[in-house]
Amino acid sequence: MGERKSGAQIVWESLLHEGVEVVFGLPGGAILPVYDALAKYEYPIHHVLVTHEQGAAHMADGYARATGRVGVCMATSGPGATNLITGLATANMDSSPVVAVTGQVSTALLGRDGFQEADIQGISLPVTKHNYLVTNIRELPDALVEAFYIARTGRPGPVLVDICKDVQQMDMEVEYPESVNLPGYNPTLTAAAPEAIARAARLINEAERPLIVAGRGVAIARAEAELRQLAEQANLPVVTSLLGIGTFPETHPLSIGMGGMHGEAFTNFALQECDVLVAIGARLDDRLTGAFSTFAAKAKIVHIDMDASEVGKNLTIDTPVVGDALLTLRELLSLVEFNEHPTWLAQIAEWKQDTDQRDVLAQETDELVPPFVMRQLWHATHEGDCTVVSDVGQHQMWEAQYFPHTKHRSLVTSGGLGTMGFALPAAIGVQMGLPTEEVWVVAGDGGFQMTMPELSTVVSERLPLRIAIINNGYLGMVRQWQDVFYDKRYSSTPLFNPNFVKIADAYGIPALAVNRKQDVEAAIRKAQAERGPFLIDFQVEPFANVFPMVAPGKSNADMIRRPLPAVVENATEL
Amino acid sequence: MTHTVIAWMEDKPGVLNRVAGLFRRRNFNIESLAVGHSETPGISRMTFVVDGDERQLRQVQTQLAKLINVTAVQDVTSEPTIVRELALVKVNANSTNRAEILQLVDIYRAGIVDVAMDSLVIQITGPEERVNSLLSLLETFGIKEMVRTGRVAMVRGNGRNGNGKK
Repeated sequence: MGERKSGAQIVWESLLHEGVEVVFGLPGGAILPVYDALAKYEYPIHHVLVTHEQGAAHMADGYARATGRVGVCMATSGPGATNLITGLATANMDSSPVVAVTGQVSTALLGRDGFQEADIQGISLPVTKHNYLVTNIRELPDALVEAFYIARTGRPGPVLVDICKDVQQMDMEVEYPESVNLPGYNPTLTAAAPEAIARAARLINEAERPLIVAGRGVAIARAEAELRQLAEQANLPVVTSLLGIGTFPETHPLSIGMGGMHGEAFTNFALQECDVLVAIGARLDDRLTGAFSTFAAKAKIVHIDMDASEVGKNLTIDTPVVGDALLTLRELLSLVEFNEHPTWLAQIAEWKQDTDQRDVLAQETDELVPPFVMRQLWHATHEGDCTVVSDVGQHQMWEAQYFPHTKHRSLVTSGGLGTMGFALPAAIGVQMGLPTEEVWVVAGDGGFQMTMPELSTVVSERLPLRIAIINNGYLGMVRQWQDVFYDKRYSSTPLFNPNFVKIADAYGIPALAVNRKQDVEAAIRKAQAERGPFLIDFQVEPFANVFPMVAPGKSNADMIRRPLPAVVENATEL
Repeated sequence: MTHTVIAWMEDKPGVLNRVAGLFRRRNFNIESLAVGHSETPGISRMTFVVDGDERQLRQVQTQLAKLINVTAVQDVTSEPTIVRELALVKVNANSTNRAEILQLVDIYRAGIVDVAMDSLVIQITGPEERVNSLLSLLETFGIKEMVRTGRVAMVRGNGRNGNGKK
């Protein structure tokens, strides 16, 4: 038998066993025994005190995305736990391995609506991969081991462990469980069935207009090298989803960028016109596909995904290939041949020429437009040798369009849930996981203010985060929809912003406001030269919108394009 | 088209909630659900009747299988299956029509499980259509109360339902 340990100690011991180095959290009544026991474990495990539990969940998520290890967050019962929900839902949508440990009222009070009681198991059920309510200390060691196991294996995701306060206080003789007993969960990674892979290879080899769509599943499987090999070996152009950015170098001749609602026109034309589409680790959600019925309508679709429920969820799939991306691609590589696809590649190049002509950066203007900031940032970081953590909205799309990512996992962003306020706390997690990395927060003025108080966490942890606020004084993407679909009625989108430089100053963070093109580069250089955090308030042209744009529910072929420079003055379409 | 799907799951607190939550969230159209013990201790067996097209049915199965506590899922619609349902029906009955009701009960091989001065409780077990057929006849006497279990199903002969790993 092992030593006698309290439930609170068992929590920390389990974290130690899992190799956890950092926990993001905020204490409260129902988790106090765990926090009281922290003192003994503080050196191996570093606790980051956050200002709001939502921040803790995003930090754990950001940490997990940057490192591939499980991120851990902690909160008390009731409001502490419910504040985690947005962060857990964000991690769930983007398949990020997170374990949340929450305190719960004592078992004697369960179900009596005691102070700070909330049914967090019930509340978190649809936004977690799995969850536990621990009412008996005998169940605690297994629940924790299983939580980490479930979070990091198979298709990763968040797992919540809710622990009653009296369970934290009890003690028992404990042996750390060596294995898990989960008869309904078998996450063994395997390649897809050989027949499915052979069928996929045949389709690829016979295709005249083939195309790959790579998603975050490629990054989760660490299959970036195999993806590149597949593209080069069979000469296949590669589109990525937003979360697939970074899985394939965007400066590669076969890269044709991000597709979907704000994909470049030539990218979307390629999606619509291809005859074989190979989706790898991508959910094929509506932001990528546009109207499901019109998406890649001429194509036979090969869908490689380890989650069988994703295959055929949104689209009719000709060749389901259910298996781990890495192992499956390795098998596929031995079967695919090089083909010139001369007509197809020439067609894409022709579309690209047209797109290039409409490039915002090719137009002469003195206005400080966000794409200019993104491209400057790219140049200043040795062409993207940094990790960008973007928030949600227009700036996120401009970042995706104008910052070509070449490094794996160098973009961290909330794709599926589209959570404004994600960037700053997620970047804290990224920087904690990658202490020597240059990490840039790119956030809009609206989203930044949602989690702005985490600036105190940046300062208390002495993190050298570089923060770029793309400040247009509006909830920009919402305003853009009002421009396009609501006859410019700006209902509740103009923002009353604080002076961000003064805000930063109040936290002791040096900051600059920039509103002219010629000052952008110097400001970025200044931020890079700082040893600690630095904030730049980019006061950009307020009415710039993101194009191309596919209206929701429309076909990807029906884009609102950027104007051609020659016809700008009498452009009828934006 | 309606399908009969069987799922086996660990008998743990909250599992029914997970399944019900999944059906609600994914907007699956479920006609009936019956749950009880299976032959394996600690494993419950659920029979669902689900309405939907092929895509929805595949979603039901793959999403159910993803639940950590669900150990196996099988669509038995196209298999040779025994399907049964049980209903308890309380009908108005008095001295003038009691005999007529008893005759019907006899024809349907149902049973009387409770008798009162002004009512009878009838128990019928059988395929859904037989239950429906008796119910429509009993309606003429006035149904005071009714409860149905929903469909349970088992594959005939050696075509044993998979209770093993997913």
